[in-house]
This record gives sequence, structure tokens and C-alpha cells, in this order.
Amino acid sequence: MKLLNFISIFFIPFLLFLIVLYGLFQKKPLFDLFTKGAKDGITTVYQIAPTIIGLFVAIGVFRSSGALDLLCNLLAPSASFFHIPTPILPLSLLKMFSASGANGLLFDLFKSYGTDSYIGFTASILLSCTETLFYTVSVYYMSVGIKKTRWTIPAGIFLSICSLWISCMLARYFIQ
Amino acid sequence: MLNILWACLLVIGIITAAFTGNLEAVNNSILESTQDAVELLIVMTGIISMWNGFLVIAEESGITKQLARYMRPFLRILFPHLPPSHPAFDYICANFIANILGLGWACTPTGLAAMKQLQILQQQRGKSPDIASEEMCTFLILNISSLQLIPMNMIAYRSKYGSTSPFSIIGPALIATTITTLLACILCRILQNRKDSP
Repeated sequence: MKLLNFISIFFIPFLLFLIVLYGLFQKKPLFDLFTKGAKDGITTVYQIAPTIIGLFVAIGVFRSSGALDLLCNLLAPSASFFHIPTPILPLSLLKMFSASGANGLLFDLFKSYGTDSYIGFTASILLSCTETLFYTVSVYYMSVGIKKTRWTIPAGIFLSICSLWISCMLARYFIQ
Repeated sequence: MLNILWACLLVIGIITAAFTGNLEAVNNSILESTQDAVELLIVMTGIISMWNGFLVIAEESGITKQLARYMRPFLRILFPHLPPSHPAFDYICANFIANILGLGWACTPTGLAAMKQLQILQQQRGKSPDIASEEMCTFLILNISSLQLIPMNMIAYRSKYGSTSPFSIIGPALIATTITTLLACILCRILQNRKDSP
């Protein structure tokens, strides 16, 4: 436990230290390179800004209108068939779109069910094993102007469903 | 597909709101989500610029090339049509490493750099710039399945919300992320093989 805490605190500074040290040995103009990269970073964010704003508004409307809850109610019977608890459903759906939205929902679940409950544990595993599908797809593809995403989204949705089921099964096994 | 999905979210949302009387909530959320988006973008500007700066240092001093050399045999299986010495390899490696270490924000600059290289490759092949290549699909899917060693953020959240054993998540999370990543690899290989010419 102590060791993990130690690693988590020292990890990023150590990584930066290594990169800079290696660069020093190679006698590179480090600060020039850094500023060049940082400038590209700003351009990158500028490029993906429209995508993020559009995605946030759409998911905000979908959530606040109650459509997300409605969709979850529709999916609940088939989810319970696969032993997936209903409170987890909105979390797994929201996780496909926005990490911050999913985190907000996770905290609600933690508060109402407890972190070490079956629901809390499932939610913890679920959010540690998948990335936000639609956020990644739209930001990555739109940055290079791809319009036809082919099999990315179907495969991504399939993987999200798999990870949901795996999380539930693992939580069941580890909690008991 | 994204275009349709985005439109569906809005249309279904507004229709539902009209029937359930949630239109006021929708109004508020429109304003709130634009604010949230801009707030996120401001945070992102700082962190992404920082990581991108260090990425360029790592790249120019040859660290990414070194790492790519170790990971190449494994990546050859997943990207069979990518030329071995292509610069996209280096960025893909850097991106996977950032993912595995759970660096979160450092993933985006490396990922976007890899996408840019893959798009250049696609144009060299004389393919349409609108359509995703096999490599792009594979790269995206592996990114989404995101192999991660230690879910640092989740441990922090769990201890913040009063878990008696915040670290107990490490084992199951590692199993889950390993299974999904293996599934992703298999899935990508199957979908690529469907018609082998990209």
C-alpha cells in the first residue's frame, strides 16, 4: 500500500526527469524543443475544441431530458438476464461518451451504495478497464478529417458490453 | 455514423424532454455543458501542451525510437500492413506506453500524432482521406480497451469516498483490463482478416 502510494506520487516527476536527463546527454536544445511541442499542443486542443463542445451539449441534452434513464429502463430486462445490476447501466452508457460525466455518476453510486458494496465494486472495475468510446473516436478521427469510421464503433460497443459483463462477474467473484 | 449518432442524441433528447416536461432542465443543461466543455478545454490546453512538449524532447533525443524497437515484434502482429520503419510506429508505441502507465492526458498528444502519420500513409497509398484505414481502426479499438497497470485515479476516488480497502481494486481491474485488451486484439485481427487488403 505504502509502496503504491509512493510510486503514484513519484511516477510523473521521475518520468519527466528521465526524459530531460536523456535529452541532456544527447545535447539537444531542450527548452526549444519543449516550446515547439507545447505550441503544437495548443493547436491540437484548438482543433479538438469544436468536437468536445458538440459532444458535451448533445450528451447534456440526452441526460437532462431523461432520455438516458428511459434507455436504461428499456435495457434493464435484458441486462438482468445477464446478471448485470440495473444501477450500473447508466454508468456504462455514460462512460461511452464522457469520462467526467461517468465520474460524477460513480460518486453518486459510491454515496448511495458504498464503495465496497457489490455495485460500488463493479463500478470501480468498470471505469478502470475501458476508455470513453465516442470521445476517443470523435476526437481522434476528427483531428485528421476521417468521416467513415468503418468497424470502429460496432467493435467498440461490443467491447464495452464485454467489459460491463466481465466487471460484474469479477466483482461477484471478489466480493464473495 | 458519428453524425447520425450525434443528431439522434439531440433529437431523442428534445422529444423526450417535451413529453416528460423536462424542457427547463434541458435549457439549463445546454448552458452548463458548454461551460463544462470550455472548462475542460482550458485544463486540457495546459496539460496537453506540457505533455506534447516532453513528447517532442523524447522524440528528438530518440527515446520513442528505442521503445518502438522493443515493441515492434508485438505490434507487427496487430499492424501487419504498416511499413516497419514508419514513424507512426513510434507514436503508437508511445501512446500504448502512456496508456499502460495510466498517464491519461499524455495519451491524447501521442494518439493524435499517430493518427496524423497514419493519415499521411493512407494518402501515400492513394486512398481516400475520408475513410478510416485498417490501422486506424485497430489503433482506436486498442486505445478504447486501454490496458492499464494500476488505476491510480480509481484508487484515489475510492479512498476519498470512504472505502476500507481502496487498493483491493487493483487485482480485479488488472484482470478485467487484460481480458478486454486480449479481446480487442483478437477482434481486430478477425475484422482485419475479413478482407486482407486495406
